[in-house]
Amino acid sequence: MWLRSATAAYLIAFLVFLFLPLAVVAVFAFNDAPYPAPPWHGFTLDWFLGSTARGRTGLFADGELLGSIWTSCIVACCVTVLSALVGTTNAFLIERGRFRGKQVLSILMLAPLVIPGVILGISILAFASRLAEIADDSFGLELDFLRPGLPLVVLGQFSYIATIATLTISARLRRFDRTLEEAALNLGASKAAVFRTILLPYLRPALLGSAAISFLMSFADFNTTLMLVGTDTPLTVMMYGRMREGATPVLNAVSLFLMIASAVLALTLLRRGGPSRAKPPE
Amino acid sequence: MPHPRAAIDPRWHGRLTLGLLLAPALLWLGALIILPHIDLAVLSLRERIGPRQYAASLAQYKIFFAEPLYWHVFLRTAVMSVLATLLTLLLAFPIAWIIAKLARGRAGSLLFIICLIPFWVSETVRTLGWMILLRESGVLPALLVKLGITAMPVELLYRDATILVGLVYTSLLFMVVPLVSSLESLDNSLIEAAYDLGAGGFSILRSIVIPHAAPGITAGCIVVFMLTLGNYLTPTLLGGKNSQWFTEQIYTQFITRFNWEQGAAFGFLLLGLSTALVILGLAITGQRFGDVMRRT
Repeated sequence: MWLRSATAAYLIAFLVFLFLPLAVVAVFAFNDAPYPAPPWHGFTLDWFLGSTARGRTGLFADGELLGSIWTSCIVACCVTVLSALVGTTNAFLIERGRFRGKQVLSILMLAPLVIPGVILGISILAFASRLAEIADDSFGLELDFLRPGLPLVVLGQFSYIATIATLTISARLRRFDRTLEEAALNLGASKAAVFRTILLPYLRPALLGSAAISFLMSFADFNTTLMLVGTDTPLTVMMYGRMREGATPVLNAVSLFLMIASAVLALTLLRRGGPSRAKPPE
Repeated sequence: MPHPRAAIDPRWHGRLTLGLLLAPALLWLGALIILPHIDLAVLSLRERIGPRQYAASLAQYKIFFAEPLYWHVFLRTAVMSVLATLLTLLLAFPIAWIIAKLARGRAGSLLFIICLIPFWVSETVRTLGWMILLRESGVLPALLVKLGITAMPVELLYRDATILVGLVYTSLLFMVVPLVSSLESLDNSLIEAAYDLGAGGFSILRSIVIPHAAPGITAGCIVVFMLTLGNYLTPTLLGGKNSQWFTEQIYTQFITRFNWEQGAAFGFLLLGLSTALVILGLAITGQRFGDVMRRT
């Protein structure tokens, strides 16, 4: 009996630990005070709707913050599309291809997951600058996309998110019943038709799942982005900068917005794919 | 009617497909992983001897060992990461046990999903939550004063324990997921048989549960250790100036001081430490890298 109550107590303590930080972020987004700290001064929507003229810049009037959300969205879309494409070709390569060195290649594909994000960032930064220098010295070309900025951020995030897309998509492809494909080929379907009408619909849940995960991971990435960022700052880097300065509850407002957005994404994914694919990103 | 594609030699066709599939993979791994790391290695093994003039040398690594601040921070990061990993394991194991063994059916999977929810939100948001809770003017210090435990609000940020709490919190998911999947495959009748034969809770845990869950434990520990070691956000925000995390040194050298040679050497040292521990973990439990990564 005491064991049961101990278990229940542990479970409750654990859940409090898990949700307390998120709860305070949400609650203080509505506190009528210039700092996200107690005591409670009453309910307000200023941190969402407030305008600079009234002294409180709310989320929807904070151009800098809104701009960084937009930047993050663009980056995340590029990373998602790239990862889905490369993840799909990789899945076919690993599951269907027969060639020498496949074992080595498939191990190598996992490597980006065990390289710390900071190091992925600096190595790509250094390599891109070297390429830019070479292009400048020998051809007199100014390749701006190789300097810190959004193209490098996209490449940096893609370098490890592609691994996750590859794992998700190839896990699904592995379970595919190849007799379906053979039957279609026997009945005279072309390879392209088989791909379009059988394989692609079969892979759809994995593609959608990996796209959602890629998008979220890209949106949440900090380590790699920090090293490659130029003048346009994505949301996480912007938030980090403001958190160091001690920001107003407008950060709570944007956080609450993020929580709701990712909850919606998670729930749609859960309904579609069942709990087994509900594994969230880093 | 002959198929139009039949005209092409099927062997050549297969090679073309293989080539088209290989190209993105090789481009990705070559241009974004392998070549940049080779470049980083070259960078770390040279020294600036004049304007735009460099010579091969081990100077960057020598500086690391000669300057106590650098290797102190390095060791500190390693020790704190080990501590955080062990704490995460201790905290996550009972939860994984409850999810896999005690809660039945839907309750178990519901609990599992509830435990995963916070990790859909970015680390920045979660860290903001901890800062609001722990800073001197924050929620917990105010609560402590109200309860009469402390007379004045105490600063709970910028302590080592705070950094550990933050790191354990962000790592929990990566421990819970592999633990649950390895515990779920443990046959309950084994435990019941051991009970019937008179074994106590501790010896069941030691001789049945832990050996069975070993692959999950290894997978979780490797991932958590690696992520903790490479974390930047949590230590710098929760630890402030006292965080002394090694990734911060890398950032300082690379971005603030623009000393890329030194930063590259630091990067390689961190990569070496993280790789060494991954290999060690795999060797101790006799597992293969690919299997572990697929498990998580």
